[in-house]
Amino acid sequence: MARPMSAVDAAGLGKGRAVGFVLPALVLIGVFLVFPALWTIYLGLTDYRLTGLAAANPQVVGLDNYTDALRDPRFLGSLWLTVVYVGGSAILGQAGLGFALAWVLRTRTGRLRRVVEGVVLLSWILPSTVVGFLWFALLDRDDGTLNALLNTPGFAWLLDYPLLSIVVFNVWRGTAFSMMLYSAALENVPPSHLETARLAGASVFQQLRDVVLPLIRRHILTNLLLISLWTFNDFTPFVLTGGGPEGRSEILPIYVYNVALRGGELGAGAAISFLILLINLVFALVYLRLLRDRRRREAALTGGPSA
Amino acid sequence: MIRHTVGRLVSTVFLAVVLAFFALPMLWLASAPFDDSPTITTSVPEFTLNNFAAILDNPYALGSIRNSLIQGGGAAALVVVLAALAAYALSRVRVPGRDVLLYLLLLLSSVVTGTAAMVPIFELATRLDLIDTHLGVILVVSGGLLPAAIFILKDFMDETPTSYEESARVFGASSLQILRHIVVPLVRPGLATIAVWALASVWGGFLFQFILLRDPDKSPGSVILYTLYTEGGAPKLDLISTFSLLYSLPVVAMYLFVSQRYGFRFHGGIKR
Repeated sequence: MARPMSAVDAAGLGKGRAVGFVLPALVLIGVFLVFPALWTIYLGLTDYRLTGLAAANPQVVGLDNYTDALRDPRFLGSLWLTVVYVGGSAILGQAGLGFALAWVLRTRTGRLRRVVEGVVLLSWILPSTVVGFLWFALLDRDDGTLNALLNTPGFAWLLDYPLLSIVVFNVWRGTAFSMMLYSAALENVPPSHLETARLAGASVFQQLRDVVLPLIRRHILTNLLLISLWTFNDFTPFVLTGGGPEGRSEILPIYVYNVALRGGELGAGAAISFLILLINLVFALVYLRLLRDRRRREAALTGGPSA
Repeated sequence: MIRHTVGRLVSTVFLAVVLAFFALPMLWLASAPFDDSPTITTSVPEFTLNNFAAILDNPYALGSIRNSLIQGGGAAALVVVLAALAAYALSRVRVPGRDVLLYLLLLLSSVVTGTAAMVPIFELATRLDLIDTHLGVILVVSGGLLPAAIFILKDFMDETPTSYEESARVFGASSLQILRHIVVPLVRPGLATIAVWALASVWGGFLFQFILLRDPDKSPGSVILYTLYTEGGAPKLDLISTFSLLYSLPVVAMYLFVSQRYGFRFHGGIKR
């Protein structure tokens, strides 16, 4: 008689105490995560400002903030910069370089592998402001290491190529995650499959396309969605360029900061924040959807839940 | 055979280029703190520890490391305790809608980022009088870290056998005793992972600390670093490099410790 009970509640916690255990975490999440999200929606509909008349007595202005933003060339330009930033640094850069590294390191052992992995990981775990200044020193106009190496004294990388600078910076910063994820994924590819393909005369490209890709598709998807989401919300380039010069590296996170907290237009900033939140939601929903489809297909194939 | 050798050569060259690309920015961190800046060349030879002395003289540098410790340690403790309690209950008691709740929270925590919630978080902290307090940073950061922490810890809890808990219960242990003396030792690697992850993300975090703290006496190292400029607006690279090195060491040490002890790799991809 006690058996089925214990399978459900081994520790004898009971529903009441279980709720008591979960509640503190839920309250904290509710106040500092859920509530701000809902508040963003309301603030976005007002002309709330940091200072001045509208700070004391904000008026509801309806969808004005949204129509203003969508008509504002600065917002649209920032959105476009963000798309280029995510596409260039996350999808092409981090995922591409991360996969290449995982693929090449797969057959290696010994010191070279450990050193390469260590350095790539180090760039990922260093605090973000520190990393910002590392690149600042690298790209500096007068004393920068890069100018010294390339023998191009006085070349202002951050002023002349701000977007390219933060793209390369973010590749450097985030490749470790893709490398680790793809390394783990490649461990699931049976070496015998690759051996067979190679003996049949398949080129590396053909091996990748026909053997590896189908086996690690889910990992690729997971990786692309996560790194896109992170890069899309990344505030770190602020340390490097502050969005400048003249907004040429003002990706959306920096744009919101400049409008809301530096410019004091909290209402307009909240509206843009909400647009960002919606875009994040699309990323996350696509991801969950793909995971579910994938699992359903696996279940249909194996005739049961997958391991 | 020739194809193999050529492939090997190409891959070695590729690795060398990658190594150079990743190591190049870090070289500065290894050399600059010990290097003389031209302004103080007169009295000191090339190798110097003067920059470290200068950092100690900076009114905010040491204090900011203490602030980082308070904020990072506080958030890590809060997240570990609350997430462990919640994950344990969710793992052992079948609450209807549990999985949906977990997925929703996880979804929310990845959607409501600092960027998306900057304005309301700032507003909320202002009204709750949490601007310029350590508690404000700890609470805000913990709210964002908790969903993923609960999710990961629940996986750990699910994998531990429940038979110990049943016998402890037979001997009359209370549920908090069971949690503390039986479950916690079993999931210690999970708790350590979460603690390190929380501490590291607060240690390197910039945006929330930057907008919630105006007073440099309360600011953590990641923000203070950004204020080490001369009156003319040029960054004081000698101080910045030295402080960067000091500020990075704990994170690197912690990483090495965890990766030695528990391993830092994904096994078969991210846990779902």
